[in-house]
Amino acid sequence: MGRAAAFILRRRGGKGWHWTDIVTWVWLIGGLFIMFGPALWLMFSSFKTPAALAEFPPSILPYTSQQVSVEGHDKPLTLYDVTLPDGTTKKLAEVRRIGLFSQMVDPAKPDETIRVNINSRKPVQELSFATENYTGPFVHFDFFRYLWNSVFVTVMATLITLIVNSMAAFALSKYEFRGRSVAMLIILATLMVPLSVIMVPLYSIISALGLFNNLWGVILPTVATPTGVFILRQYMLTIPDELIDAARMDKASEWQIYWRIVLPLTAPALAVLAIFSVVWRWNDFLWPLIVLSRKELYTLQVGLSIYSGELNVQWHFILAMTVVTMIPVVLVFIFLQRFITTGIAGTGLK
Amino acid sequence: MGQITLSNVKKSFGNIDVLHGINLDINDGELVVFVGPSGCGKSTLLRAIAGLEKITSGEIAIDGKPVNDVTAADRGLAMVFQSYALYPHMSVRQNLAFGLENSKMPKAEIDERITEAARMLEIEPYLARRPGQLSGGQRQRVAIGRAIVRRPVAFLLDEPLSNLDAELRVSTRAELAALHARLSSTMIYVTHDQVEAMTLADRIVVLRAGKIEQVGTPLELYNTPANRFVAGFIGAPHMNFLEGTVSSVQSGNLVVALADGYQLAIPARETSLEQGARITLGIRPQHVTFGSGDKSIKAKIKLVEALGSETVLHTEVAGQKFLVVIPGQHDLASGMDIDLSLSSAPIHLFDKDGHRI
Repeated sequence: MGRAAAFILRRRGGKGWHWTDIVTWVWLIGGLFIMFGPALWLMFSSFKTPAALAEFPPSILPYTSQQVSVEGHDKPLTLYDVTLPDGTTKKLAEVRRIGLFSQMVDPAKPDETIRVNINSRKPVQELSFATENYTGPFVHFDFFRYLWNSVFVTVMATLITLIVNSMAAFALSKYEFRGRSVAMLIILATLMVPLSVIMVPLYSIISALGLFNNLWGVILPTVATPTGVFILRQYMLTIPDELIDAARMDKASEWQIYWRIVLPLTAPALAVLAIFSVVWRWNDFLWPLIVLSRKELYTLQVGLSIYSGELNVQWHFILAMTVVTMIPVVLVFIFLQRFITTGIAGTGLK
Repeated sequence: MGQITLSNVKKSFGNIDVLHGINLDINDGELVVFVGPSGCGKSTLLRAIAGLEKITSGEIAIDGKPVNDVTAADRGLAMVFQSYALYPHMSVRQNLAFGLENSKMPKAEIDERITEAARMLEIEPYLARRPGQLSGGQRQRVAIGRAIVRRPVAFLLDEPLSNLDAELRVSTRAELAALHARLSSTMIYVTHDQVEAMTLADRIVVLRAGKIEQVGTPLELYNTPANRFVAGFIGAPHMNFLEGTVSSVQSGNLVVALADGYQLAIPARETSLEQGARITLGIRPQHVTFGSGDKSIKAKIKLVEALGSETVLHTEVAGQKFLVVIPGQHDLASGMDIDLSLSSAPIHLFDKDGHRI
């Protein structure tokens, strides 16, 4: 603890403040707000009621106005702290609002109506978590079906991505053949082609293959990524060729060299690509929306869009479900990041 | 059996010729060392024999059968790499077993062979460890073990000691020699270190620029180097060369004039040298002694290296560098003039093209 604090609080200026210390602190604290603020806001807002979400000025924590049932009124009334003309404050319930004035009633004396200027009253608020934002969708929204679709697409696409890309990377890094660098260049060049350009031809291919309204139609077009090939190839270039020569002398077939030597040694790069692939596929929206038109095939991201209707956006459900969809990605990252940082324990080479 | 025959083996990378027609017979059970300066093609030749490089022309035969079109895996050879090339993600046992599993050997036999090799190389305690957890010397043994368990026709070793520190190198060298005696299988050993070559080899093959300069036992190479290159390469410190011209040829005597007018009489063997021919004298630093007399030269000391058991003198003779190794300790300093006697030194003569006379 002492050492961690010393590490975090140490300054270039020693006891004083060097200007770089100030810039560093401003930069890091600003960064913390910019990066972490929205995530925090999302988390708290997902527990707000629709009314609290619409409130201005917005709050970070989910507050709700306290309600009270008053005799003679069917609906519960909202409770306010009111400053009376004589300077005393009292808790009153609002019956109705007319222009700049509000008709209020003391819950203890329901017969007596008091006219109050709206500026002299403040709602009584309390912290409350609207958990129905989370439970609601599970009941009237086919959450588990969408979740399963999303998991299926993500897991399958990631597995195939890792295998296909590592094979391409193996060939491009460990085999000498004519046109090797040209092939690599062409693969990298496809990075410059955005999805919107190839969307229509891709759609005709998927349609011709009969993969329309099929989860494989979402998976297959995404599995060969130039980024993945590039990451893995650069990593495989660092694996010494002598290891592969040694495996060849050890009677290993080319497949065994790939599967038993190169792939295990590429684990850190595979972990990076796996994280990328999971995040990409999990958050994919446009392509699944195009390919999937039957509701029971929707992935989570497409399914969530049904909460934003033409006239009405149910923000409270969208926020809550966004939090839920974030969880797997965060878990995958926490699980895989160990592989990135540890790398391979020993190299066996000098 | 492990007889390897190379006939006119050529290899080029693009238009760069690396090997220019190598002819060599390696007998069964022989330890042959390929030695030469870096870039001479010795590693390429070894990789060609291993089957890791395709040769451009010529023929490689193992036990009389041409293997040009046989893959590295099926030539029945095992190789120890300079970097050891152990599989970092496998334990020592898995490293040893990998090649055997690939040839579909029964598990019991694999275990038996690993146990035997591990005992021979004293790596039994480390079988469960990964290469990263071993020291350099232990990794080296595992690399050799991986070759031994294969029971190959011949072992190919590519500078296996170059990654070890000096002390370990000496002890491992002795162990390798013992191992060769025990296994009595053919070994081809590549090194640029002529001391390793001298101590280990049954026969040494000296390579330069893709050509064989000389093949012979270590002492043959030391005593009768075929040319100036071999003479300079074998022996440490390297042989001294003095340039001169033949000033007179008499029966039984050859008088050579060095640059500064020194006249040196050498008992001549049968020679067809003519007066005025350019000639190089080769004298090993260890064969020079102090003393004046009829076969002596004057030298000026430039640097004294006192090693305790011997003293290395960097001197200048007739404007040319001349190394002297004298046993024992001597009170000498740079700048002094001394007389060196060559009366007990075998003098090697090389003609103007560097060939031995």
